[in-house]
Amino acid sequence: MNKIDFDSLPEALQDLYVTMQDDLYDGMKDEVVQATVEALEQWGQEPADILQLGLVAGMDIVGEDFRDGILFVPEVLLAAKAMKGAMEILRPLLTEVKDADRQGTVVIGTVKGDIHDIGKNLVGMMLEGAGFEVVNLGINVDADQFLAAIREHNADILGMSALLTTTMPYMRTVIQRLQEEGLRERTIVLVGGAPLTSAFAEDIGADRYCEDAAVAVEAAKVLMQIKRGR
Amino acid sequence: MTDRLLDLIQRKGLVLGDGAMGTMLQLAGLTDGGSPELWNVTHSEAVRAIYQGYADAGSDIITTNTFGGTRYRLKLHRLQERVFELNQAAAALARDVAGADKLVAGSVGPTGELMEPLGPLTMDEARAAFAEQAAGLAAGGVDFFLVETMSSLDEVQAAVEGARQASDLPVVVTMTFDTNYRTMMGVTPAQAVQTLHGWGVAVIGANCGNGPAEIERIMTEMAQAKPEGVVLMAQSNAGLPRWHDGEISYDGTPEVMAGYAQRMRTVGVQVIGACCGSTPQHLAAMRRALDGPPLDHYEPAFDVSAVPGKPASDSTVRRAARRAHRAEG
Repeated sequence: MNKIDFDSLPEALQDLYVTMQDDLYDGMKDEVVQATVEALEQWGQEPADILQLGLVAGMDIVGEDFRDGILFVPEVLLAAKAMKGAMEILRPLLTEVKDADRQGTVVIGTVKGDIHDIGKNLVGMMLEGAGFEVVNLGINVDADQFLAAIREHNADILGMSALLTTTMPYMRTVIQRLQEEGLRERTIVLVGGAPLTSAFAEDIGADRYCEDAAVAVEAAKVLMQIKRGR
Repeated sequence: MTDRLLDLIQRKGLVLGDGAMGTMLQLAGLTDGGSPELWNVTHSEAVRAIYQGYADAGSDIITTNTFGGTRYRLKLHRLQERVFELNQAAAALARDVAGADKLVAGSVGPTGELMEPLGPLTMDEARAAFAEQAAGLAAGGVDFFLVETMSSLDEVQAAVEGARQASDLPVVVTMTFDTNYRTMMGVTPAQAVQTLHGWGVAVIGANCGNGPAEIERIMTEMAQAKPEGVVLMAQSNAGLPRWHDGEISYDGTPEVMAGYAQRMRTVGVQVIGACCGSTPQHLAAMRRALDGPPLDHYEPAFDVSAVPGKPASDSTVRRAARRAHRAEG
C-alpha cells in the first residue's frame, strides 16, 4: 500500500475521516457505516485507505483509552460493533489485499476447561480492528483444536486465554505440542487472563504476556514486524 | 421476613464472612474443567468439610458452593436441567453446618454472558435464570442471597429482581472492581453503592479483585459516597496470585489478611470476609484480629493522591468540541 499522507488530503475528506474515527469511538454504528459509504462513493477512496485512515485509526484511539482506563469494556464492544458494520461493506472490496498489507492471521481461544470468553473476544475484536485476520475458536479449546486451526489458516500468531488458576497450566501443554510438531518456531504465542503474569508466560515458553486487549494488539504488531524482519 | 444479617450486624457490630470455595475445592481434588456445583451431590462430604472449616475458624456466615449455579454456567457442564437440585443441595449442606447461630449466604455469581445491547442475554432471560437459582437456594434454607463478583449493573439488576421474584429473603450485592478501581464494565464504587441503594439493597460492597490494598481504596470510596443506612461488606482475595515453581499460590498470608480485616473495620466496613486464595487459617487470623481492639493508628495502604485512570486525552477534548459544533450546525 502506498502510504497516504493524511495531511495532503482535501480538508473535507480529512474531516470525514476524523468524524468517522470519532463516531467509531462513540460506538455510533449507523454514522460510521454512512461515512464509509460516503468515502467510497463520493470520494472514490480505496477500501484499504478507508480501513486504515478511518477505522483502524479510530480503533487505535479506542485501544489507547481502554489501556489508560478512560474507556471500559462496554464502550470498546460498541466501537467494535460499529467497526464490524463498516467492515461488512469493506470486506468484499478488500479481497485483493496484497501480502504486504496483511497484518497477519491470529488463532485465539480460551483453553480447555475454561469457559471465560469476554476478555478473549475483546482481544479478537481489537485485533480485527487493527487489521488482523482473526480465527476465534471459542472456549474450552484443546491442543488438537489449536494445532489444527494454526495449520489450516497458516496462522502467524496463537493467542490463548485463561481466567482460572486451574486452567492456565494447560497453556504449557499447548506450547509443548507446538514444539513437538515443529510449529513453535513460526508461531508467535501470546497469552492473557486475570491470574497470569509475565513470569508465568516466560516459564511456560510463551512469547509475551498481554495484560489487556490493547497490549495484545501492540504486542501482535511488534512481534509481527520482528517476524517479518528475519 | 426478618433480615437475619442486618439483625446480626446490629447485635455484633462486626460480622465475619468466610473465605474461598473454588480454590479450596481445587485443593480437595477438583480438576480442570470440573463443575464445582456438581460436587454438592457427588462429593458432598468435601463441600461440607470446607463449610465446617470456616465455621470452626469463627466465620459468622457460611457461603454456599453455588457461584456458577445459574443455568448459563451449568450449561457448560450440561447440568442446566439441575439448577434447582444443585443449589438446594449446596444450601441444605451449609444450613446443616451453620445450625441456628450462623447465617447461610446463597452465592449467586455472574452468568458469564453479556447482556443486551453488548451481547445476547436479555433482561427477561437473565432475571428468569437468577430466579431459578434463587428458588433452589431458598428451598435449601439460605438466610440471604449474596450476589457477588458482578461487573455489570444491568446484570445486578436482573439478579436482584430475579431473587425477589423467587423469594422475599434479603439480597446482598458485592461487585468486583479490578480495572483501574472500577468494574470491568466501568462502574465506580460510588456509582455501585448509590445505584444499589436505590434498588433497596441494604448491604453493599466489593469482593475478589486485586488484593487488600486495592479493596481498601474501593471501600474508602464507598464509605464516602454511601447513603445513610447502607452497610458495607468486603471480601478481598488473599493477596495476588503468584506463579512459582510450577505452582500457583496467593501471596496474602493469614497475618496479611488479619491486617486487612483491621483496616476494613477502620474504614467502616461491617461485614468482612475473604475470597480467592483464602483458607480457614486466614479466616481464623481475621477472627482473632476482629475480636481484639481496633487499630489505634491508621494510614491508608493506598496512594491517596493517585487518581485512578488518566485525565481526558486530546482526542476526548476534540470529540467534545466536535459534538458541540455538530449540535449547533
